Amino acid sequence: MHPIVSTIIQRLGLGLLTLFVVSIIIFSAIEFLPGDFGQAVLGQAALPETVEAFRRELGLNKPPIERYFSWVGNVLSGDLGNSFSGRNSSGVDRSREVWALIEPRLANTLFLASMTALVAVPLALVLGITAALYRNSFYDRIVNATTLTTISFPEFFVGYILILIFATYFKLLPSLANISDSTPLLEKIYRSTLPALTLTLVIVAHMMRMTRAAIINLLASPYIEMAQLKGASKAKVVLHHALPNAWAPIVNVIAFNLAYLVVGVVVVEVVFVYPGLGQLMVDAVSSRDIPVVQACALIFAGTYILLNLFADVISIITNPRLLHPR
Amino acid sequence: MNTPTTPNGDYSAANEVTLVKSRRSVLQNVWRTLKTAPPTAWFGMVVICLYLIVALFAPLFAPHGQAQVFPMAYAPWSDEFLLGTDALGRDVYSRLIYGARNTIGIAVATTLLAFLIGGSLGLMAAISRNWLDQVLSRFVDVLMAIPSLIFALMLLSIFGSSAINLIFIIAVLDATRVFRLTRAVALNVVVMDYVEAAKLRGEGLMWIMRREILPNIMPPLVAEFGLRFCFVFLTIAALSFLGVGIQPPTADWGSMVRENAGLIQFAEYDLTAALTPMIPAAAIALLTVAVNFVVDWFLHQTSGLRDEH
Repeated sequence: MHPIVSTIIQRLGLGLLTLFVVSIIIFSAIEFLPGDFGQAVLGQAALPETVEAFRRELGLNKPPIERYFSWVGNVLSGDLGNSFSGRNSSGVDRSREVWALIEPRLANTLFLASMTALVAVPLALVLGITAALYRNSFYDRIVNATTLTTISFPEFFVGYILILIFATYFKLLPSLANISDSTPLLEKIYRSTLPALTLTLVIVAHMMRMTRAAIINLLASPYIEMAQLKGASKAKVVLHHALPNAWAPIVNVIAFNLAYLVVGVVVVEVVFVYPGLGQLMVDAVSSRDIPVVQACALIFAGTYILLNLFADVISIITNPRLLHPR
Repeated sequence: MNTPTTPNGDYSAANEVTLVKSRRSVLQNVWRTLKTAPPTAWFGMVVICLYLIVALFAPLFAPHGQAQVFPMAYAPWSDEFLLGTDALGRDVYSRLIYGARNTIGIAVATTLLAFLIGGSLGLMAAISRNWLDQVLSRFVDVLMAIPSLIFALMLLSIFGSSAINLIFIIAVLDATRVFRLTRAVALNVVVMDYVEAAKLRGEGLMWIMRREILPNIMPPLVAEFGLRFCFVFLTIAALSFLGVGIQPPTADWGSMVRENAGLIQFAEYDLTAALTPMIPAAAIALLTVAVNFVVDWFLHQTSGLRDEH
């Protein structure tokens, strides 16, 4: 077998294993709940029979291993269970299915993330390449200082600065991104401009710096010197000789930052009251609605792991040493 | 005594060099290094010192208590309330000062705990190189596969939000990064002959960790401490901002931003009101920038690390 195929298969297997262990960790969240949480969820006034029925519904009377496998089976078939909220001590169950809560919000979060990625990735590449091209110039320094600042700022600070400037001082853009399924696409984009801009500022900084570093790193190689001695122009050296060899680290960083977007959306969604998955998770954490928290954590962690796996595979594929083994 | 010779009377260049260094006091040596620091590092150090002073002597600087309620909610900026009051009528300026103490204190405690856990486990793994190393490394791999903010949110929903839980959860999650770094740098030192010699002498694991390895891996660990602190500080601020971190009435910068965020909508009538929630956020950002500057310079000093050629 070609060594590259076996490396990729190995990496995929490792990814699946990680996903499996992570699902165990997330599942065991419910095990570590202190005290009798049946009582805690249903309230002090709940009758012992109601609590017992609730425990039976969750399957707490079965051994953990059996529960884990039925949980995984349900998750894989799209059944994430019922939310804890909406239950009360009288035993009346008005709780909603977790999937019904998550579905519309997941779509919104993916919309915001892809909108950000579409703007941020090309922008970061252009900034990074030009900064490497005009290294140590005034332009390079400005870009560097700006990105270093946005890295150090908490996301909510960037978000509120943008709201202050663009939404409340000059009334150009809406500060609240309240979108729904029925919102037309253009209106959706208009309303999500500020959250997307905030996320863009945060992730462009990392990507741009890594792109710049990857290219500058290569500029010391002998073949670059050769190209310079040949009389190739600066732009040609960077674009034609350095960039193709810098793709592996750059793609890696892009995938890593898209994975970071997954985390970044949580805070930004809360700042802009954007109806996404992150906000749902934060609300669920405050009300200690464990099934919703578990489902959100599973989706976030899964996306994160898959994107990192993707980055690994890409860097394996683009590695010339592995592509052309001796 | 002050001659560059060895006890048996021979001249030694190495002795002469150390003589100059030892003639200067520690303070002089520190000052000599500081004089070469770039302005950004100086700026960082001054800012960090100011923050520490404010945090340590918070009650001396704050005109009011952090949870003291006045009958005027949302008072504008004035002489009595320098930055106005919040929705409950608490003085924002005093809360900002107490916030330095609470926010920085919790972040420092968390970072120290993370280093204690991650550092000692990392050293142990590097020295023993047996099943312990394998188990710990694989465990850390899995923990690092989950984004830490998401993990922290999940753990907080289980154990409940309180300062103690926050410190432990973030410390354990961050200890994974410290473990990786400590193990990686210690692995280079463990193979040295003097460590082997200490082992042959029959020194215990703790002794080797403390006396042979730790002094030799200090610089990267100190730099990592600065960066980890920034990361912990930002994570705690984010969690508090989300309302699941440090709980009221304790003043901290993350939750102050959240509490006063509504004031931003009045920017066109009263810009100072709109700036009120921005000040704690700016305080967080300024400290992070300052620490980053100092760490950058420190790395430059100790390893000659540069991104240019």
